Amino acid sequence: MKIKEEQSTLVFRYVAIVILILGSVACLFPFLLILSASLTNNDSIIRDGYHLIPKEFSWAGYRTVFRFPEQVMRAYGITVFSTVVGTLLGLFLMTMAGYVLQCKDFKYRNFFSFVIYFTTLFGGGLVPWYILMTKYLGLMDTYTVLIYPGLMTPFLIILMKNFIRSAVPDEMIESAKIDGANDFLIYYRIVLQLSMPGIATVGLFLALQYWNDWFTTSLFINDTKLFQLQFYLYNMINAADSISKLGAGSGVNVAGDIPTESTKMAMAIIVTGPILFLYPFVQRYFVKGLTIGAVKG
Amino acid sequence: MAVTTNTAIKTNSAINANKKRGLLHELVTNRILFLMLFPTIAFFLINSYTPMVGIYYAFVQFDFNSSLFNSPFVGLQNFEFLWKSGKLVQLTLNTLGYNAAFILLGNVLAIFLAILVSELQGKWFKKITQSVLFLPYFISFVILSVIVYNMFNYERGFLNTVLKGLGAQPVDIYSKPGAWIFLIIIFYLWKHLGYSMVIYLAAITGISDEYYEAAKIDGANIFQRIWNITIPMLKTTFVVLLLFALGSIMKGQFELFYQMIGNNGLLYDTTDILDTYVFRSLKVTFDVGLATAAGVYQSIFGFVLIMTVNWIIRKINSEYALF
Repeated sequence: MKIKEEQSTLVFRYVAIVILILGSVACLFPFLLILSASLTNNDSIIRDGYHLIPKEFSWAGYRTVFRFPEQVMRAYGITVFSTVVGTLLGLFLMTMAGYVLQCKDFKYRNFFSFVIYFTTLFGGGLVPWYILMTKYLGLMDTYTVLIYPGLMTPFLIILMKNFIRSAVPDEMIESAKIDGANDFLIYYRIVLQLSMPGIATVGLFLALQYWNDWFTTSLFINDTKLFQLQFYLYNMINAADSISKLGAGSGVNVAGDIPTESTKMAMAIIVTGPILFLYPFVQRYFVKGLTIGAVKG
Repeated sequence: MAVTTNTAIKTNSAINANKKRGLLHELVTNRILFLMLFPTIAFFLINSYTPMVGIYYAFVQFDFNSSLFNSPFVGLQNFEFLWKSGKLVQLTLNTLGYNAAFILLGNVLAIFLAILVSELQGKWFKKITQSVLFLPYFISFVILSVIVYNMFNYERGFLNTVLKGLGAQPVDIYSKPGAWIFLIIIFYLWKHLGYSMVIYLAAITGISDEYYEAAKIDGANIFQRIWNITIPMLKTTFVVLLLFALGSIMKGQFELFYQMIGNNGLLYDTTDILDTYVFRSLKVTFDVGLATAAGVYQSIFGFVLIMTVNWIIRKINSEYALF
């Protein structure tokens, strides 16, 4: 009886391992394809197509990207800037909101929570928002538009609220109040210190959202100097002439000898690099965030 | 008698005064809390509530140079155009259909994977699998479009490279609208399964070991334990996630569709959803009236749908209701 049970468990585990290995391969495979293509000689790609292993190895794709580094570095700069500023500012505002919305002696906390939540149920749609941003707020081609729309989301505010509620004991806030601390002081000295893991999680969600944003540029930016990194890549892949314009302005005519295919793939690797590099260190914070978010629904 | 009425009136008016003072009183005593919350509320008022006024754009002839309420009122003309374009039914069905597939397949497969991972022994293998499956969630949709291009490009794509290598005919997927239904769902799952799996894995970790121990003593095998303990215990998480997803069933994964399909008109029949239609009407064909009307239709239809679903759930089991 016992042996039989163990056998079925063993069989189950072997099957599970096989399925999970296949799943993992499916998750990694596309990255390998891009990495390999970025390291392949362009003529070889055009002749033989993309392969999993480079047929003729070459650094030409990367060399082209960095031959005229101004544009890429500029797009990198824009994205780093909006990621850092947006994440810090968004965190500051959302931690405050999260603290206030979980305060038990704040009478209107449910009302304001609903005001925020309701925006996920109903909205004016894309066009009225677009007109508001461009015509009435005049945010076309500004740094502000790269940061402002992404500052807060209802989901992250609720997540923050739940984090603070579970991390900061009520008695601690009460005793600080008896000692005469005002709410901002309590927030600044106690709440921020105690909810650091939660802040890290929300901050990483926010940073990821800013880093991966291309949509804002596609709506509100015409000035190539303000292109976000992701949109720069998007533009490179979709606008056929954008690669041949790489050297424009430098007086060098490079249109003829640019390895278009491998350059696209090299660019993709350069854009994703920081995420892949940081991923092993930060992913546990996301797991933590999802775990708490899931408990509360 | 007269005295008691008098005092009653007095207390009443005192209570009324207190009630009236409520908001003002709150504003004064909790002024710091209000100040701390103010930027957030201002953000949502400007960013989410002001555009609701702009719904009126759907009822006027749009002109960028004149203000909203000076534009000529055209009644339901924009909606008439939208209806006459003949795409509304297809767009609605696509949006609902894809979302239903995303929600159902996404959750069922995530539960399946979470159970597999949770039943494994090796700690490092568990961790690595979880990390690898979660990885695609972190990359941008632009990179996803690079992947799709790399795999399915007709001349150079990996798929055709393999087919040619095997001596088979290359296929032009970009002229096969039917294939994209599967591709979009597959890439959605590729990107999101890891995310939902982590949530279910957390729920499984929360199940007490005692249940499993007791079942083992009773001689239940691994399949019986999963079927009779794990799956029933995941029901709450499943229902919560399902209902949460239903809230956005009329909005859908704009970035996924737009990056995979772009402006490839050949594929619209099977891959166009309301979000992409609105975006294209605004940024590609510049038909603001039509775009607003489609957006309003999407918002209202979605809102009615959520309210109905929530009302039904409240009737069945109010614990699961969204609000």
